[in-house]
Amino acid sequence: MAKLDAITLSVIQAALQQTCDEMDLTFSRAAFSPVIAEANDRSDGIYSALDGSLIAQGSQGLPVFVGVMQYSTRTVIEMIADGRCLPPAPGDIYIVNDPYLGGTHLMDVRFAMPVYRGGSIFCWLSNTGHWPDIGGAVPGGFSASATAVEQEGLRLPPVKLFKKGKLDPEIYAIICSNIRVADQRIGDIKAQAAALMVGQDRLFEILDRYGDETVVEAIAELRARAAAQMRANIGTIADGTYRSQAFVDSDGVVDEPLTIALAVEKQGDTLTFDFMGSSKPCAGPMNSVLATTLSSVYLAMRHIFPDVPISAGAFEPLIVKRPEGTFLDAKYPRPVSGCAAEVSQRIAEAVFAAMVQALPDKVTAAPAGSSGNFALGGNDPVRGRDYVMYQISGGGYGGNTGHDGLTNGCSTIGISKSPPVEIMEQAFPVLYRHYALREGSGGAGKQRGGFGLAYEVELLRGQARASFVMDHGRVGPQGVLGGSDGAVNTVTVFKGGQPHVPPHLSKEQDIPLKAGDRVRVGTPGGGGYGDPLLRAPQAVLNDVALGYYTKKEAAEKFGVAISNDGTAVDDKATAKFRQVAH
Amino acid sequence: MQEKVPAQSGGVIAGIDVGGTFTDLLLIDGNSGGKVHIAKTPTTNNNQAFGVVAALGATGFPVRDVDLIVHGTTTTTNAVLERRLARTGMITTLGFRDIIELGRRTRPQPYGMTGTFTPVVPRNLRLEVDERVEATGAVRVPLNEDDVRRAVAALLAAGCESLVIHFLHAYANPAHELRAAEIAAESWQNGYVTTGHSLLSEAREFERGVTAAVNASVQPILERYVGKLRSELAAQGYDRDFLMMNGNGGMISARFVTREAAKTVMSGPASGVIAAAYTGKRAGYGNLVTYDMGGTSTDVALIRNAEPAVSNETEIEYAMPIHVPMVAVHTVGAGGGSIARVDAAGLIQVGPESAGANPGPICYGRGGTEPTLTDANLVLGRLAPQKLLAVDHPVPVEAVRQIFAEKIGRACGLDAVEAAGAVLRLGNLKMAGAIRMVSVSRGHDPRDFALFAFGGAGPLHAAALARELGLPKVLVPARPGITNALGCVVADLRHDFVNTVNQPVSLVDEALIRQILERRCEEGARMIAKEAIRPQSLRVAHSADMQFVGQTHIINVPLPSASVSRATLQQLFEKAYFARFKVELPEIRANLVNLNTSVTGVRPDIDLSRLIDPAARADSLDDARLETRPVWFDGVWHDAPVYAREKLPLGATVEGPAVLEQMDATTVLEPGNIARSDADGNLVIDIGGG
Repeated sequence: MAKLDAITLSVIQAALQQTCDEMDLTFSRAAFSPVIAEANDRSDGIYSALDGSLIAQGSQGLPVFVGVMQYSTRTVIEMIADGRCLPPAPGDIYIVNDPYLGGTHLMDVRFAMPVYRGGSIFCWLSNTGHWPDIGGAVPGGFSASATAVEQEGLRLPPVKLFKKGKLDPEIYAIICSNIRVADQRIGDIKAQAAALMVGQDRLFEILDRYGDETVVEAIAELRARAAAQMRANIGTIADGTYRSQAFVDSDGVVDEPLTIALAVEKQGDTLTFDFMGSSKPCAGPMNSVLATTLSSVYLAMRHIFPDVPISAGAFEPLIVKRPEGTFLDAKYPRPVSGCAAEVSQRIAEAVFAAMVQALPDKVTAAPAGSSGNFALGGNDPVRGRDYVMYQISGGGYGGNTGHDGLTNGCSTIGISKSPPVEIMEQAFPVLYRHYALREGSGGAGKQRGGFGLAYEVELLRGQARASFVMDHGRVGPQGVLGGSDGAVNTVTVFKGGQPHVPPHLSKEQDIPLKAGDRVRVGTPGGGGYGDPLLRAPQAVLNDVALGYYTKKEAAEKFGVAISNDGTAVDDKATAKFRQVAH
Repeated sequence: MQEKVPAQSGGVIAGIDVGGTFTDLLLIDGNSGGKVHIAKTPTTNNNQAFGVVAALGATGFPVRDVDLIVHGTTTTTNAVLERRLARTGMITTLGFRDIIELGRRTRPQPYGMTGTFTPVVPRNLRLEVDERVEATGAVRVPLNEDDVRRAVAALLAAGCESLVIHFLHAYANPAHELRAAEIAAESWQNGYVTTGHSLLSEAREFERGVTAAVNASVQPILERYVGKLRSELAAQGYDRDFLMMNGNGGMISARFVTREAAKTVMSGPASGVIAAAYTGKRAGYGNLVTYDMGGTSTDVALIRNAEPAVSNETEIEYAMPIHVPMVAVHTVGAGGGSIARVDAAGLIQVGPESAGANPGPICYGRGGTEPTLTDANLVLGRLAPQKLLAVDHPVPVEAVRQIFAEKIGRACGLDAVEAAGAVLRLGNLKMAGAIRMVSVSRGHDPRDFALFAFGGAGPLHAAALARELGLPKVLVPARPGITNALGCVVADLRHDFVNTVNQPVSLVDEALIRQILERRCEEGARMIAKEAIRPQSLRVAHSADMQFVGQTHIINVPLPSASVSRATLQQLFEKAYFARFKVELPEIRANLVNLNTSVTGVRPDIDLSRLIDPAARADSLDDARLETRPVWFDGVWHDAPVYAREKLPLGATVEGPAVLEQMDATTVLEPGNIARSDADGNLVIDIGGG
């Protein structure tokens, strides 16, 4: 066989990527779960028949799924090999959501389908979608106080949901009997399967056009080249060990911070990530399973080097030591619902904080890094029905070498939009008192952090229970290179006019509310980048004019004095402030 | 001023479109049997009116004898993208002034935690007043009118020229917005006051607020421009009203265009699509994928049954939604200026970086040093150096070839020509992928469509793209370089309406549907009756946006009439859904989200048969031949005949490989293609089995 030419290789790379992008598109557009359809909380990819390693993944997939599905696909392949799973046949689709078998949390449901060529499996197509409910103690699955995975919902080992192209009505019935709002799940199941079929059609076109052997050869070559590209990027970093820490407020059950301790060792063209010294597995749901921990490292590195295509090759030079004995390698039956949304973002923050020392031009100060889950479940007496409302929210991004951080950006691991206030008020018996930029929350720096969000919601009628799974309540997102931390996350619940602050600050479950009670949230601002005393005084003046900071804050945080009428920088006083501060 | 009513068919119509680089003009003289005048002059960006007048002057046709001028401008587009906006203030509900700055918690790209965003109205010019309307429309807190007066005074004092009034749930109950606008009008002399609900009466405060803010902040700019153009034209002796293109592909009097100025923001791409639909219909091709390739980007749209798809959810750039009905044009980040490079993995990549217009491709001679798609076409003999329009200092082809050898070839073991061939192939593949995502991968069978290629570079790549996409035909119009101006000439008067219903189909009131749709028909007809020109007839089209209960995405379904039964709605939707996803869901009910109505004032047909002067046609194909030159196709040099497009005999058949050149466009036929020129001067290319 002739060596592949550069043109064919590039062409096949683009075609495989296109296949995954079309799977993503079909899944989102046909899905029912708003988490998939609106928030794009899903991902599609192509995986090796041999070991499940990642061949290509959709460019619009949810970042936290980077790399995760190769572990669940590998598990399916292994379990088939050792007889724990029924052997595959054309048209079969396996369903699996077990976190300990290469997963995230239970709500992320994976489909894996073998693609056959000439009687044997050529590759696997897999996808993941976040279902709005999977059973368990609380609607939606984010229980802040679960102490075992059984409390979090239905756990499925790999079983065939589709057999030779037909939905298995028995397995479907078991699933539907165990989850809430089951009537719409058939829509998501069909959408998820339809995406795999679209992928198979496109893949067959590629194989027919270029030949199976050529494509196999191209896949191997592309993997080698992605590895080379990542190695080339790593090669630009100075040898050494870069250390960082990040903290999860608490596990939701025991009120103690959890520490992520990270040492990244750069040697030659590899990076070794060592999380030893991190906290032990925890009682509450802030444990991470290994696949999610690995994926969090990969997605953080992809934020730093977005040019390397996602494939198993790109991960080769990233060596993650298995963090055994820590909460980042949780085993059955540890509860894990917080791993995908919150712990993953703390891991990414630790990676950013270590890597910014090595790559100050490529890495930002810490972003808000929380999905800001606030759930309100209750009964609406006017409509006579139960409801569950989810408010996710953004926060400030970290400053970086070129710019201030973005305000109200999406979580590090997500790409989803937050819901409009008007839609929330239409659907639920609530009224927002304000929904505003959180002034002063951006960490001071030469380039300051972006600003968080401040909102307050009032329950208009009936009774309800409020639950929070947020983070960064104890320490704000880290500032770097002399920049200050962003403001911490705050939650205050006004019950009968009396303020109540959750003991764990950012997490609490089932706080009872009556009509007129209010929930006030402030999301974190981004960390500052560089010494705030070096920020251009005109930029500080502009920040004050726009009401981002007060004049007092301008003086205290940035050493900039603003004239009494607020229209000019007082140069003399500023020089003096800044001299004294240094 | 007494408005003279412009003449109907038989008159003189000039369509003038201002693009990024050139102002294009197409004048059809109905008094002289449809004689055609064409002009292409440089766009004058500080005041586009000068370029318009220059284009008119270039035809030599006396401006005073023009009966109707129809105009498309990028004045508002540029103002938004470059944030050269009128100083605009905003008054909002207490607690909600930051909505247009916060957005929906997004970032510009999935990977990379950076990005910047500048809101249309700065925070210090956004003031809050006490008032609150609930989701039901019920008033919770009455409007504090003193607050409004104070805010208006403060914003005037701050030098604001335009004002937006944007209150929560005003789509459900606009009373507070209307009253606040009344109060503002007492002191806001120039009338530039936009209320949030007036352009878009739907829930979603961010999208509605940005739409209103864009409208307010471009109103004075558009008004000034219209005024300048009016006086420039008057100085030339044209004292009649003129028409402007809107983003929905319809025209509106220049006297009314400012009120909903935001609708002009995407009008340029829309006029090209309108021209495509019109041309395709005459040629017998109702289903088209339009493909307008420019220097930095490519615009793609879908036309079914001669009707361009319309979207209510356009986003003109990151976090800048304009949610009014507009022709659904998708912009793909690849164009002639897309830069090719070899990445760290040794793979050839084309784009997304672009050399743009400055420095542009190497062959423009403006200092460009990176190989681009246009340069690849030059090296491969597809483009003749003397056919480049935008060259400052000619660059020898040999120099371009050398750069391909050095920057692409060396790393991949290819010579210059092979490298250029690889760049072209990858560029086409990337474009085809992006086009597929917004067209045929949305449930359409590519075999039902033809590719309508225009813009300077579209016809160069069209045959290869059609082959990649599985489209059997390509349609290249007679004048690919002035398609947008043609759109101005043939566009109809048009008004679009959206009504939110949001009810399960099983519960909707059939009488109410009929009432809503019929009311919109009357409203549209009334608005068209106000125009200075009289349409030949009125055409009404209804459609429904539908979904399964519980979904968020919608599918648009055309309705046969204003009287539709619930059963028909359900059937139409299920059929459309299956066509799109190959999924049937008998278990789940359908939901009716929106009812849409478009009312079109149809103008008399314009004859396109003289776009290429019939007198210029040669007697035989051989007489149209300019030369034979080597052109590279899939790894082999072919001796390809080059023809003068204008000279092709009527009904001539040209077999690929071949190149057809005309003033502002080059069409390439690949080996195996067969092209035929039709009565309107279109080239219909049969891609063939290869």
